[in-house]
Amino acid sequence: MSLRKNIVALRRKKAIVQKGGGDEAIEKQISMGKMTARERILSLLDPDSFHEYDLFVEHEERNFGMDRKALPGDGVITGTGTISGAPVCIYAQDFTVMGGSLGLKHARKITKIMDHALKMKIPCIGINDSGGARIQEGIGALAGYGEIFYRNTLASGVIPQISVILGPCAGGAVYSPALTDFVFVVEGISKMFITGPNVIETVLGEKISQENLGGARVHAEITGNAHFYALSEKECFQQIKELINLIPHNNEQKAVSIAPKRPKSNKKIDNIIPADPRQPYDVRDIIHTLTDDSKFLEVHELWAPNIVIGFGRLDGETVAFVANQPMYLAGVLDCDSSNKAARFIRFCDSFNIPIITLEDMPGYLPGVDQEHAGVIRHGAKVLYAYSEATVPKITVVLRKAYGGGYIAMNSRHLGADFMFAWPDAEIAVMGPEGAANIIFRKEIMEAEDQDAMRQVKVKEYIEKFANPYVAASKGFIDAVIEPTETRELLLHALSVSKNKYDHRPVKKHGIPPF
Amino acid sequence: MLKEEDKTKKEPVDFAVTARKYKTLLTRKYKERKPWTTPSPYEIYSYIPGTVIRILVDEGDKAKEGDTLLILEAMKMQNRVEIPFSARIKKINIKEGDRIPKDFLMIELESIEK
Repeated sequence: MSLRKNIVALRRKKAIVQKGGGDEAIEKQISMGKMTARERILSLLDPDSFHEYDLFVEHEERNFGMDRKALPGDGVITGTGTISGAPVCIYAQDFTVMGGSLGLKHARKITKIMDHALKMKIPCIGINDSGGARIQEGIGALAGYGEIFYRNTLASGVIPQISVILGPCAGGAVYSPALTDFVFVVEGISKMFITGPNVIETVLGEKISQENLGGARVHAEITGNAHFYALSEKECFQQIKELINLIPHNNEQKAVSIAPKRPKSNKKIDNIIPADPRQPYDVRDIIHTLTDDSKFLEVHELWAPNIVIGFGRLDGETVAFVANQPMYLAGVLDCDSSNKAARFIRFCDSFNIPIITLEDMPGYLPGVDQEHAGVIRHGAKVLYAYSEATVPKITVVLRKAYGGGYIAMNSRHLGADFMFAWPDAEIAVMGPEGAANIIFRKEIMEAEDQDAMRQVKVKEYIEKFANPYVAASKGFIDAVIEPTETRELLLHALSVSKNKYDHRPVKKHGIPPF
Repeated sequence: MLKEEDKTKKEPVDFAVTARKYKTLLTRKYKERKPWTTPSPYEIYSYIPGTVIRILVDEGDKAKEGDTLLILEAMKMQNRVEIPFSARIKKINIKEGDRIPKDFLMIELESIEK
């Protein structure tokens, strides 16, 4: 009898806390076009799979009248559940409870579920919607942030970590997402910055809106802090589900494979690349002709579009693509595209995902801004990431592979397992015009008609060196292949790479050019 | 999903990488980059955004290398802005109390010999 009474009491108690900040605050949240924290968790996870923990945790702050303030769940919901059957740990900050502000107990709920994720070796998803540190708790809030960052770092490369920005995420709060593997943002809802518009205006007199300073679009296109950009929370959750389906639960496993499918793209692979090496095309069209069901989940679609990265499946197994994109900036490597590719390669290497590199690039982006922005250091990250990676690494040279770019894009010399080239590939020390200008400088200078002589020499160089056969004759290219053979060869290369074991010297960790 | 404006077809432009020009699209970031200009030693720019607390020179003054020109408060620190070589103060574009952004032309100098 008394148990029954207690059950009723429990249900009542739970209902109160689960209400978060109450009707008024919830209404306000909805009026901002946002879902509540609980709705978000329930729409992201499989139906009925969510189980909540630490519902009754309370803060312990006694100053500034906080002793009289009850904060349901301390402003954050934590628990476990599944996405397409894959187990995940999840937390969602509840903006209706004191603006989702982070106090020590709030942070401890998060670190507890992170510890759990790391121990169980399952992905951890954090939904951020918080005004920032709970100032009343003083340095307790700072401690909380630090403890989260520490765990983000420990978990890095062990379990996939995903951050979803569905509201403000400012000051110290932004560093947890920055340490995680994938950041999702939604147009009009996500706001991320270290110092907000108010501080900037007070200190510097510069006026800028939250949206222009750190809105979804800014981080998806300009800063690269966000990996996935969506126009609604619903679309964002769909993207997260797709990603979770493609990546493994942890660094000791492979991604779950599904039934193989033929590509369904109606584009002919040997018809996509224009004959003139100066003309652009969309390298994603090539990827679509290669992947199962022609599906490709692109990461960082808007940022540094001169390189394309993302996941697809070959014969049901997850693979990663890193591809130069001639459609943008001629597919050059620059600071941003180097950072983009390098971090992605390291993710794939940590999580046992084979990397397929599609190469068509003229070199590095020339410019004072690039040099002064440290393109040397950033470009070196690509070399580091490829050289360090021990997952199967396959390169297909589609067209141009010049100079430093040729070395950087997973060349044989950085440890590629398979190097294929299409017959129109041009693998050379630099573009024919530049090379001819240097090698035949004397002949050109001494000619009566210098331009005509230059043309002759450029043509001579193209005929001799702008092809895949020089590299193939040195064994730098394993096979020159017909475009239509590409998919079958990739499937074969992956199947013979299944047991790949690559030795690396023992070390505490490397020192990549961060 | 992208916005409609992202999906509209754009026309590729000429883009030079070394000696060859490629047809390609430009990114917003590339288009918005600042072109390089060689800095003039006679122009004193703010190296950090902040508030001008004091100006210690007047237009027409001769200042000696290392003299303090002004105090620029930024991030709760009062920074002394010194003159890198002896010169005459040609023009002062700020006044005390001004809040200025980074790379603001504060003071213009001219050679003393002039």
